[in-house]
Amino acid sequence: MDKQIGPRTIAATRRSGPIRGFAGALATTDIGRLFLITVLVFVVMSVLQPALFPTRENLSSMAFQFPEFGLLSLGMMLTMLTGGIDLSIIGVADLSAILAVMVMHRLAPDAQAAGPGVFVAIAAGIGVGLAAAAVGGLVNGIVIAGMDIPPILATLGTGLIFTGIAKVLTGGAALLGFPEMASVIGNGAIPYFGIPVPLLIFVVAAAIVAFVLNRSAFGLRVYLLGTNPLAARFAGIDNFRVTVRVYVVSALLAAVAGLIIAIRANSAKADYGSSYLLLAVLISVLGGTNPYGGFGKVSGLVLAVLSLQFLSSGLNMLQVSNFAVSMTWGTLLLLVMVINAGRIRRA
Amino acid sequence: MTRLFARNETLVTLILIAFCVVTSLIDPNFLSLPTLFDLLRNGTVMSIFALGVLLVLASGGIDLSFTAIAAFAMYVATKAMMMLGLGDSMMFAILFAGAIGLLLGLINAFFIGTLKLPTMIVTLGTMNAFQGFLLTFVGTTLITQVPLGMRSFSRTMLVRLETPDGTIVSLPVAFLILVVLATVTGLLLNRTTLGRSIYALGGAPESAERVGVRVVAVQYFVYAYVGALSGVAGIVHGAMARVANPFDLVGLELSVIAAVVLGGARLSGGHGTLFGTLLGVALIVVINNSLITLGIPSTWQNVLTGLLILVGTGLPAFRAKLATQRAG
Amino acid sequence: MTPQTEVCLEGISKSFAGVRALDNVSLTIGKGEIVCLAGENGSGKSTLVKILAGVLRPDSGSIEIGGHPYPHLHPIEAVRAGIQVIYQDFSLFPNLTVAENIAFNEQLSSRRKFVRWRKVREVARGALAKVGVNVDLDARVEDLTVANKQVVAIARALLQDAKLIAMDEPTSALTEHEVHALLDIIRRLKRDGISVLFISHKLREIFAICEKIVVLRNGRKVADGPAREFDLASLSLHMLGRRLESHARNRGQEHGEELLRLDRLGRGQQFADVSFALHAGEVLGITGLLGSGRTELASALFGLTPADRGRILLGGQPVRIGSPREAIAHGLGYVPSDRLTEGLFLPQSIGNNIAVSSLDELSSNGVLDKARVRGLIDEWVRQLQVRTPNANLPVQSLSGGNQQRVVLARWLARAPRVLILNGPTVGVDVGSKAEIHDIIARLANAGMGIIVISDDLPEILAACDRILVMQAGRVVEEVAGDTVDEDHLAARLAG
Repeated sequence: MDKQIGPRTIAATRRSGPIRGFAGALATTDIGRLFLITVLVFVVMSVLQPALFPTRENLSSMAFQFPEFGLLSLGMMLTMLTGGIDLSIIGVADLSAILAVMVMHRLAPDAQAAGPGVFVAIAAGIGVGLAAAAVGGLVNGIVIAGMDIPPILATLGTGLIFTGIAKVLTGGAALLGFPEMASVIGNGAIPYFGIPVPLLIFVVAAAIVAFVLNRSAFGLRVYLLGTNPLAARFAGIDNFRVTVRVYVVSALLAAVAGLIIAIRANSAKADYGSSYLLLAVLISVLGGTNPYGGFGKVSGLVLAVLSLQFLSSGLNMLQVSNFAVSMTWGTLLLLVMVINAGRIRRA
Repeated sequence: MTRLFARNETLVTLILIAFCVVTSLIDPNFLSLPTLFDLLRNGTVMSIFALGVLLVLASGGIDLSFTAIAAFAMYVATKAMMMLGLGDSMMFAILFAGAIGLLLGLINAFFIGTLKLPTMIVTLGTMNAFQGFLLTFVGTTLITQVPLGMRSFSRTMLVRLETPDGTIVSLPVAFLILVVLATVTGLLLNRTTLGRSIYALGGAPESAERVGVRVVAVQYFVYAYVGALSGVAGIVHGAMARVANPFDLVGLELSVIAAVVLGGARLSGGHGTLFGTLLGVALIVVINNSLITLGIPSTWQNVLTGLLILVGTGLPAFRAKLATQRAG
Repeated sequence: MTPQTEVCLEGISKSFAGVRALDNVSLTIGKGEIVCLAGENGSGKSTLVKILAGVLRPDSGSIEIGGHPYPHLHPIEAVRAGIQVIYQDFSLFPNLTVAENIAFNEQLSSRRKFVRWRKVREVARGALAKVGVNVDLDARVEDLTVANKQVVAIARALLQDAKLIAMDEPTSALTEHEVHALLDIIRRLKRDGISVLFISHKLREIFAICEKIVVLRNGRKVADGPAREFDLASLSLHMLGRRLESHARNRGQEHGEELLRLDRLGRGQQFADVSFALHAGEVLGITGLLGSGRTELASALFGLTPADRGRILLGGQPVRIGSPREAIAHGLGYVPSDRLTEGLFLPQSIGNNIAVSSLDELSSNGVLDKARVRGLIDEWVRQLQVRTPNANLPVQSLSGGNQQRVVLARWLARAPRVLILNGPTVGVDVGSKAEIHDIIARLANAGMGIIVISDDLPEILAACDRILVMQAGRVVEEVAGDTVDEDHLAARLAG
């Protein structure tokens, strides 16, 4: 058997039994079950809407929609791995997008223009947005690791501050759109293959996070810190540094998500959905992340985000209202928690 | 004496006074009866929410769903009363909405008390579930013709005075509801075994169990209570606004939690007083009102609230950390 | 069983996962008698008390309280029968006042719905009067000293009509003065006809207060008699046993260069003026009873709670050790006393638990070299003979002895120059115990400097070249391992 030194959840350890091989893995491991669920949702939706669901347009559309949720969830998952949570991701996403678009406007006031000048403006805008996010994450990390404020309250507070600053900057109104050139980030696709750029961004981000978690010293430290902070200290892990880094990364991922969201909506508006927050938590938890810390995999998260996207698109096609979808998410979160109740006990 | 200064209430009172002083310097009309009545009126609904949240925080949990419960109770009660022609009595409306809120609170209690799931995630889920359900199955249209009972309620004044310069200022009877509920909550927390058990549970959950506190029963009570109170807050809000808007109220929860935390409650549980909570709400309401006078755009509200949360929780936590380090 | 007997435990046995915690232990406590239950860590004291309190069910044996048999004792039944246990954490509510804490149980059990504060204060005042100590009724318990918290706990116990109060290690956090005050309280209780079970391993106090002494060792009762039949040395020997490990140190060994030197190291009230030197190949023992400062010293050496006075010199150079990371960087390793909460990541794999402190060395540019990690883990599992089919299994699946080896492996993988072990064989089976001592000897022979902190005297004597005895935060004696015998050491320990 593969002696990987990646962190393993107990549940992912294969249980012996009569069912072996790939099929056995599907039935008995968490990832396998998630995979089955994802496929199941896809199949069900395809059956219910054969003309609309399994079509190229729909697949493409979905592929444009889920990356932003995936990115937000990646950040949420990282903070949950350390036993914390990041409720400020929406605020960070907001603020970054607004700062980015403001910088872009400043440097390239003509939204229709093209050319190297605009390119620089866009790069600068993105840079500023990310930098602001990094600062925000830094604040989160310092407040949580240095001042012992519970992550819920700390990120609640900072989230409000970020949203607030965003509101102040925009005066509450929606800002104008991004430069034409920038729209490719949210709306473009790789020619010939037709892979949406947001999807590409998400895949790269997920791959990097997965790599870091599974293959790097830092990643293993994140898991161990979340499992037992006291033992982590005794073992020589720098809890402060690990925590700060995790919250910075979470903020950066949120910023990227925020950019994509804003570009796709073609405006940077301060103050959108707490439903995004709920979804990020739901995706993380559905993907197998233990909110008390120590366990969770990117592969699970990816499957979770896909399942929920299929579900969401399918429900939309079935003319289910947005509100009903929101209700579904809430109920699903409760359901997942109940099912995982045995495992999610605090260690 | 140091104990007095160490308490949150003192800090909040000082900030409150500071704000009032600064604002009244800029606008001399600030310290006046109309302003006071304004503040009391604006703070009523939030205060009712805060009473429930105080119980939750004292018990060691957190509830994000109470505003969704309020909106649900308000809208369903209003609609039902309209449809059934039962809208003549506000008292009935309050009881009705309170009952709905209580039932929804029991749902929370089930997940938290019986299934022992983490409170934040549960209430995050139920918040969306409740609101989603409301908007999907009950309705999304504003009800602008609210029942008679609610309309007359909003016009009933507790106190009506005439200021020296001739304007009439009044305090709505809704304030009385707050007074009653605050008194009940205060008595509950300070004079009943149940109330003390809530604090005990929040302060040391294992000791509470060992000592014989019926933990599950206490948790059921807490979440049912905050649900009921939220239902009442919702219907009062709907009555005062004279419109039942199912999209209302959700989004306020962070400010309410901020207020309660400022007033001395801790997320870890076991702390918080009635007086402190009301002070916390007062501070938030005063700040929101003063911003306009001080020339600060209302868009700064969020930033300030967020800062207050951080400071409000950060200071005691920081002080505690210093104390343990010194004790070494 | 005479009418004067309050509690009678007969033939109590209890096992946990195959390990015998108690083996046929019998104990009687008379009315108004002060009995000491003595024994070191791991002797079975806590298990016996939990059985008496109804928290644990014995595998065999009988319990009689006040003349009545209790075949299936519940915690609530035990309380009604008059048994009150005051655990080391006191089970108080830190956020509530003294008065409220004292009266709380009583409020609950009398099923009163409303709280009448005057009554609460009355009740609390009365209970405190029985204890004979004045504590501010309105103070929050979290603001009290440990001694006062204990008083509150005792007062609360008295309100429940206690016939027997069991106190678990009551003096571990008290000053000398406070200890005297507590002993006075216990005498008062006796005068009121309340029995006291004094669970401790602090010899002087045992003799100061107890009328009868029962000694447990490794789950068995090894002595039971009136206090006057014991003396410090004999009691100490009973508690710690005569088993000398057969793997004695190769004492003739030459010791190498000076690895570590402490120069008047101190930290707050915990310890002061500690000076010693450790050479390569040397095993230094530090012993003392709980509260002597030995763990705090280790904690300071490893950077967990850094010292505030004095110097630490490594290889002759003064160093600042402000965090475990710094300590590790300087070549120190620390096997903590509480491996479950401080040493291990229980649900994580054995491999991860071993590799955790070597991650930087096992990676290049932050990326772990899987092959090297695997190699490291496999090697140490083999070298230390960690019994497991698979290093990916969670470490909580291992026995105590094997878990301890995992913690050891973690440090040995770093080849530290100085290894500190705190209570290395607590909760470890006999076989693993011997092997761990073997490992310590081998490491020293290979040139490592080792500090063993323990209150297991045979262990200290067998494993160490030199022994420092600590008491009340200071080093009171230094002896060479082969010039002293257990009796002497035991006596020194007791002071």
